[in-house]
Amino acid sequence: MTATRTAVKEDGFMVIDRLTASLQSLGTPEFGNEKAQAGAVGPALLCPVIPEDWGVAAEAAAAQGCRWAAGWGEARGESWVVNALLEKSGDYLLLRTVLPPGRTGLPSHTPHFPGAARPERHTRDLLGLKFTGHPDDRRWVRHQAWGEREFPLRPDFPLSGQPPAVTAPDRSYGFASAHGPEVNEIPVGPVHAGIIEPGHFRFLALGETVLNLEERLGYVHKGIEKLAEGRDPEGLARLAGRVSGDTTVGHAWAACQAMECAAGVAPPERALWLRAIFIERERVANHLNDIGAICNDTAFAFGHYQFSRLRELWLRDNLRWFGHRLLMDRIVPGGVAVDLPAEATSAMPGAMAALRSELEELKPILDESTIFQDRVVGAGVLPERIVRELGCLGYVARACGIGRDVRERAPHAPYDRLGVKAVTRSDGDVAARLYVRYEELFASLDIIDQCLQRIEPGPLRTAWRTPPANAEGLGLVEGWRGEIATHVRFDGSGSIVRFFPRDPSVFNWPALEKLILGNIVPDFPLCNKSVNGSYSGHDL
Amino acid sequence: MNKLLGKIARVGIVTETFKPLTDPELDRLGTELKAVIDGRFAGSLAIRQVDAGSCNACELEIAALGNPFYDIERYGVHFVASPRHADVLMVTGPVSRHMQAALQATWEATPEPKWVVAVGSCAADGGEFGVNYASCGAVGNVLPVDAVIPGCPPTPTDLVRGLLSLISR
Repeated sequence: MTATRTAVKEDGFMVIDRLTASLQSLGTPEFGNEKAQAGAVGPALLCPVIPEDWGVAAEAAAAQGCRWAAGWGEARGESWVVNALLEKSGDYLLLRTVLPPGRTGLPSHTPHFPGAARPERHTRDLLGLKFTGHPDDRRWVRHQAWGEREFPLRPDFPLSGQPPAVTAPDRSYGFASAHGPEVNEIPVGPVHAGIIEPGHFRFLALGETVLNLEERLGYVHKGIEKLAEGRDPEGLARLAGRVSGDTTVGHAWAACQAMECAAGVAPPERALWLRAIFIERERVANHLNDIGAICNDTAFAFGHYQFSRLRELWLRDNLRWFGHRLLMDRIVPGGVAVDLPAEATSAMPGAMAALRSELEELKPILDESTIFQDRVVGAGVLPERIVRELGCLGYVARACGIGRDVRERAPHAPYDRLGVKAVTRSDGDVAARLYVRYEELFASLDIIDQCLQRIEPGPLRTAWRTPPANAEGLGLVEGWRGEIATHVRFDGSGSIVRFFPRDPSVFNWPALEKLILGNIVPDFPLCNKSVNGSYSGHDL
Repeated sequence: MNKLLGKIARVGIVTETFKPLTDPELDRLGTELKAVIDGRFAGSLAIRQVDAGSCNACELEIAALGNPFYDIERYGVHFVASPRHADVLMVTGPVSRHMQAALQATWEATPEPKWVVAVGSCAADGGEFGVNYASCGAVGNVLPVDAVIPGCPPTPTDLVRGLLSLISR
């Protein structure tokens, strides 16, 4: 390894042998030394390579068994910085290249990491970067609100854009089609028949059996990345809290963690314990909601009634103790905005014990309901191989036996003191995803109990410090859907120049296209709910 | 089955009257709403909810109206699957430009007479997102709006109150 350690080109870029050594250090004790030598962005080892090596680098990373965890570009003056976050055994590596002015092409990572397909299309649509060798040249997040040759994330593109008075529907997208009198094509959405987010699903069905499903997302693209430019840290935390409203705590924490990493600001201990309480409360609320909703989708009205009741009680406690049912804007740069009231310290353990006891009472009722079990067991099976190929996250991965959980594998404070163990199952069906979440309810209640026991009096916020120009940070948080990865970069005046939040849904949505195959169309709502991707968090 | 029946018996019906929540006016409005719905809508007010670009927080709270604590159906309010069955469009989000045509088509598919309720801060005035290359901002920039229920997100109680005031006037 020492032979390659000096093998850095004069311009500061790594040669592939050197990169391979860094990749091999992931998950080994050598990783810390590598970070000290090569440099780091937050928890990730920084590995700059020349553009020509971008594809080879991905090939080397795939050969080492890395997961492709995020990809995004940044316009910096006339140049572009392109990033790919890789992970193995809880260690992260940030692969980076810089495209000189005038150069717009880069080898695609998709041939080595299928999960990179949509993120690369997202970058292509917003920045105009071309990924050579990408198997899919169709637009993704772009519909008809801006032109094929306009790129919102370029500096010369104004936030207001030049949209038409009425944006036309995106009719010409080339969906996969099938020929033959037996095959039905079923378009669904973007407006869905329920109180849910918009998106389009195109089914090809043979009788009732799903032959193919193609998702078309991007309907709720709101320009979040562009809107973030020029925001102050407080403003960015507010925006991050609205990337996906059901994950307001998770995204706000990831964004604040990234900003704090850039600015060298350490939140006080009490704030860290409170953040963990908030994110676990968010996990519990969403798990209760979805378990109830899955019961509803199987017409098991009793379950829907019970779990939606438990969720409502939980949200009312959030409002009573922390001032907001969904805990929006409770996490702020440098700490938290609200304290733990004395009333919560005394009442929360009792409320959690009551919930635990109801969950213990309800579980055998679900287990013994034959109509319920008949619908969830064996429905929507996701093969483990697909999880690895796509880089699926959270309960979608854990239900296939892959224990990806930031809290266990790359624990940040205060999880480094909590000893969280990822809950896994192996069947990969709707039931496995449901029961992983059921067990996570108990685990989250235990975590909150520990937080309450260990939290000490102290300040809630550390004073903000303006980071130097170009300071960047990375936030990695286990939201209720899985790993959230957020990158931020500051300008010289303390404002944001780049914000990229990667919701776990990015890698779970494509899994839905796979796990539905061979199931019947009427089971789609059930399968979809068992994954429950965020549209807003995906579309940005 | 015994466990299930036992749980049903022990939990009982938890549906609340709105009186004890916060606002004594709410109970009055609830009764009034029922009267208005009975009188003007033959006992049934149908709402089609459209997420036109929301972050999904508003959807969570609108969906909560169906939980056993609020049980808004008891007033004759139903969330329907098709705009053709709807009296009211309940629209959330800043209207994303990619949803503009779909929202307008939904509005056109809704039979007259119809009302549009803009729900949430983004629907009210654009919220955190405002007007930009991807967002039309407030629902009022795209459709004629009859009532606004602000809040980020509005609580279920806010939603009931807003709906009652729309329908009672």
